[in-house]
Amino acid sequence: MNEKMPTAVALEDATVAFRLGEARVYTAVEKANLAVGAGEFVAIVGPTGCGKSTLLNVAAGLLKPAAGSVRIFDRPLLGLNREAGYLFQTDALFPWKTALDNVAIGLEIAGIPRSEALARANDWLASVGLAHFGSRYPHMLSGGQHKRVGLAQVLIRNPKILLMDEPFGPLDAQTRQVMGNLLLDLWNRDRKAVLFVTHDLEEAIALADRVVIMSAGPGARIIGDWQVTLPRPRDIFETRLNKDFHALHREIWSVLKGEVMKGYAQSADA
Amino acid sequence: MSRITLLALQLLVAVVVVVLWQLFATVPVFGRIWLPPFFFSNPVDVFAQIVKWFASGVIWKHLAITLWESILAFVIGSAAGAMVGFWLARQPLIAAVFDPYVKMVNALPRVVLAPIFTLWLGLGIWSKVALGVTLVFFIVFFNVYQGVKEVSHTVLANGRMLGMSEQQLMRHVYWPSALSWMFSSLHTSVGFAVVGAVVGEYLGSAAGLGYLIQQAEGVFDVAGVFAGMFVLSVFVVLIDMGVTLVERRLLVWRPAPADGRG
Repeated sequence: MNEKMPTAVALEDATVAFRLGEARVYTAVEKANLAVGAGEFVAIVGPTGCGKSTLLNVAAGLLKPAAGSVRIFDRPLLGLNREAGYLFQTDALFPWKTALDNVAIGLEIAGIPRSEALARANDWLASVGLAHFGSRYPHMLSGGQHKRVGLAQVLIRNPKILLMDEPFGPLDAQTRQVMGNLLLDLWNRDRKAVLFVTHDLEEAIALADRVVIMSAGPGARIIGDWQVTLPRPRDIFETRLNKDFHALHREIWSVLKGEVMKGYAQSADA
Repeated sequence: MSRITLLALQLLVAVVVVVLWQLFATVPVFGRIWLPPFFFSNPVDVFAQIVKWFASGVIWKHLAITLWESILAFVIGSAAGAMVGFWLARQPLIAAVFDPYVKMVNALPRVVLAPIFTLWLGLGIWSKVALGVTLVFFIVFFNVYQGVKEVSHTVLANGRMLGMSEQQLMRHVYWPSALSWMFSSLHTSVGFAVVGAVVGEYLGSAAGLGYLIQQAEGVFDVAGVFAGMFVLSVFVVLIDMGVTLVERRLLVWRPAPADGRG
């Protein structure tokens, strides 16, 4: 990593454990070390149930690590991560608010006058391609439109860090690529630090600067870290045809494959 | 089926029932009247009674009283139920302490409270309002309680990550969720407010639809009982239609149920 680039998120020996009962403790993630530089796009890939989302929740301050530390821009994280915006895997929009109100809420609760909040929310809806959908309620939107509103809702607050938990997981293959391109376009404007969790290796390589691989849980660890040197700005449709893309994919997959198999074997046992 | 056909068939049912009733109550079949007028009256007499009530205008006073009692019971019961439900849902310890008592009171058939309310509050409208309140309160209470408890974890986490304070979470997340549960039980709670009013009137009062039915029954005026029942059911249907209109406005953000009333 570049020496001058400050570290946005730093997990140092972070261990996350859950109580399962009186005496049983499940260690989801063991001694994870991960640093995301400011402006860096990092993707975490791992087999299902390996604790990728757990790691993200630790970075968000939604979960406290059992051991180890979390530093956000070189300050220890206490409570929720106020520098971060979080895009959830499942529907997180407020169902009783219109798309416009959903986007504006982040500004409103920060004390910005409603008229100004709404005006800026309108601009953001336009940025994510939903200029005329402001008056729709979430149930009237498609899965992809949900994610667009979610992106606008998070980005309008201009967080320095963007945490994304398999945000495009529930979408169909084409919509995922379109959303990936939209994300890259928006990211290119001001290059926030991004921590992007996914189980889709192709998506990870196409989007990120760095791909981090996690082992199968329990006690998941970070077992690999690859730089993605594909040129930017990228178009996901094009990037996937790139020769280097395939070489990198093959290389990472050779490591990931074993973990995926372990993950399946364990979930079959359970 | 087209709307007109449906309406025609619905009307047909009413016509058949009324004609058969009139027939069996007035014309001997196989040498005998199957519906003796003393017990069953007949549609013509019932209709005449209704017309008489409306023509003389006495019915308006009774309708107004019952309506007023229902509204008061609904408003007071809903407000109290919403506040207590919201509060207890946010105070799990107190909720756990009160849990058996809440269940006990809710299990009690509320009709047995009517004599006590009459004793405490007299024969006026307030004893009826109190009865309605005990019915409405628990429906709203349980729904609001559930609404706060069932807030989606993701939506809640999203609110937190967007920077909401506890107070803002209340306003933007817990409260709308609780209200949506409360509104979805609007038909039931409004219905119970009317039940409370009418049953209260029936058990002891000086005015209202329940009183009208009870009076007619007291003098074996079966036509009066049926007429009162008919007016009451139309009254309830009209209120229910009003509730549907209000519901549509309040729950615009909800997906339309695939199958249901409408």
